[in-house]
Amino acid sequence: MKSVSETYNDLFSSNAVFGYRQDERIFRTRFKRFCFAAFMVLAGLMVAGSLAGIGANEYHYFIMNLILINLIAAVGLNLLVGFAGLLSLGHAAFMCAGAYTSALLITRFGIPFAVSVAAAGLSAAALGIIVGTPSLRIKGFYLMVATLAFQFVIDYVIIHWEGVTKGTRGLELPTPFFLGISLEKNLSYFIFLFCLTLLLIWGAKNITRSKIGRAFIAIRDNDVSAEIIGISIFRYKLLSFGLASFYAGVAGALFAGLLRTAIPGDYSFLHSIIILAMVLVGGLGRLVGTVFGVIFITLVPVLLDQSVSFLAQVYDPNITIILGPVKDLVFGGLIILFIIFEPEGLVGVWIRIRDYFRIWPLPYVSE
Amino acid sequence: MAIEHLKKNGLLKIMGIRLSFGGLQVLNNINLSVRQGEILCIIGPNGAGKTSLLNCINAHYRPQEGDILFEGKSIIGLKPHQAAALGIARTFQKVELFQGMTVLDNIKLGRHMMMKFSLTGSFFRFPGLVRDEISHRAAIEEEIIDFMGLSGFRYSPVGVLPLGIRKRVDMARALAMKPRILLLDEIMSGMAVEEKEDMASYILDVQRDMGMTVVWIEHDLAAVMDLSDRVCVLNFGTKIAEGSPDEVREHPKVIEAYLGRQRK
Repeated sequence: MKSVSETYNDLFSSNAVFGYRQDERIFRTRFKRFCFAAFMVLAGLMVAGSLAGIGANEYHYFIMNLILINLIAAVGLNLLVGFAGLLSLGHAAFMCAGAYTSALLITRFGIPFAVSVAAAGLSAAALGIIVGTPSLRIKGFYLMVATLAFQFVIDYVIIHWEGVTKGTRGLELPTPFFLGISLEKNLSYFIFLFCLTLLLIWGAKNITRSKIGRAFIAIRDNDVSAEIIGISIFRYKLLSFGLASFYAGVAGALFAGLLRTAIPGDYSFLHSIIILAMVLVGGLGRLVGTVFGVIFITLVPVLLDQSVSFLAQVYDPNITIILGPVKDLVFGGLIILFIIFEPEGLVGVWIRIRDYFRIWPLPYVSE
Repeated sequence: MAIEHLKKNGLLKIMGIRLSFGGLQVLNNINLSVRQGEILCIIGPNGAGKTSLLNCINAHYRPQEGDILFEGKSIIGLKPHQAAALGIARTFQKVELFQGMTVLDNIKLGRHMMMKFSLTGSFFRFPGLVRDEISHRAAIEEEIIDFMGLSGFRYSPVGVLPLGIRKRVDMARALAMKPRILLLDEIMSGMAVEEKEDMASYILDVQRDMGMTVVWIEHDLAAVMDLSDRVCVLNFGTKIAEGSPDEVREHPKVIEAYLGRQRK
């Protein structure tokens, strides 16, 4: 008869590996596999519940759709900033390019929504490769300024090319369909987005554990010796820009699909900063971290909003006038606190929790 | 006559190279031939141009004059990654590893050029690409990680390892490139005696078991004299002596460069 702790240890802590193929899995420990399975089951239960009419409502799914779209964009940015080490402040501009590509293809040529999303990714990737070209010569802050310039160029073009983009009024989009199924409700859009996000994150993870991802990290850590061991720096820098912009383009098109409209205000410089903040708060060069970072940065303002309106209901409606600005202060303060106490990002917190429970309650039998 | 002889034999032929940075003459008319399968040591006082010579060989620097032939092909004007593709691998004086990656990933990067490239294949993890990666992994594990005694550090991030281990990882990464010639830049500096002994055995094994040609810069003269087949001495950018360790030891110019001139 096994004790409880032994059973727990067998379930979560045993990490026996047979062969190299097993050793190269994404979830190398049982605990990680368990966490992923639990997450998928919970997501499935939530959707099933909503279909039966209990649990999350349309508003909740709208917020979750926002999280998923931001997640796609942030994963792309993490490939660029966290893995290849190239700073970019123009990520929202690539989203914007994707959103308008998709919107124009749908409204002018009647292309199906899903095809237009793929085309949006590819057109943004092409732009990304062009914008990334200076990265061979300039690094760090100088490259950041170059991408910043691109952000404002795109803003300007979208607002002033009225014949095509209708300026600040934006383009209206019809209800998106996927394989003949209407994605009108936020719930159905969520199911579509969830599968797509899973695919894109899986792909990003695969890229980071292939020779491409290793070359990105090599360029980030030490570009001189990267070149000496045979990595063509220029090729991989362009590739990282292309990939990051592809993710941004897809995210932009999906965002336009969610709101049924593409307007330039949604893809401003501020949005670039927010996505960068998601990557930084989550942890550079860690895809799991990005998931936490995106959830944190998207959800905290929503929760602060809700708590303020709750307080206004309970105490005094005028309280919103005072608490409005305080909300932003709290949000900013939380980000600063995180960066001070957890410089590796939210992923650092996750790793500590994970390691604690993986070896609990026998801390000496790990590995 | 000398040039004719150089052209005929030698894996790597350095012919009359001259390198200067602005007004500073770093290498002055260096002629040197490296034979297949030998350990050639380059020694000399600080600032003699040893590392610059190595940087020329792996195409990091481009000499203003002269030619470098590797297996009969000129490497002047190539990019470092093209020289690497020809089979020139090196380690660095100050260990230029990728700090954020594990030991295994660092060594895998040595195989970068030999692995298949496919963007969609990487994204979707196509079976062909995975098989390719696994076969390289197996070769790395069995031929290099075991050989260099690094099995215990496979998943350690390189940044946290002590210098002696990092130097071994650096050499393992160079070996993973399956080079035809291995350039070692002060691989023993900063090591304890035991670590130096280990490293000496690795270098000899690489020569004997893999038939590797090694060009090695070192300050530890005892190790140089024990291990090398031939020694080349540089001083102020010129070659002052070349020959077997015993010949070099007795060479008056070498004694002068290291100890100074005897007062009359």
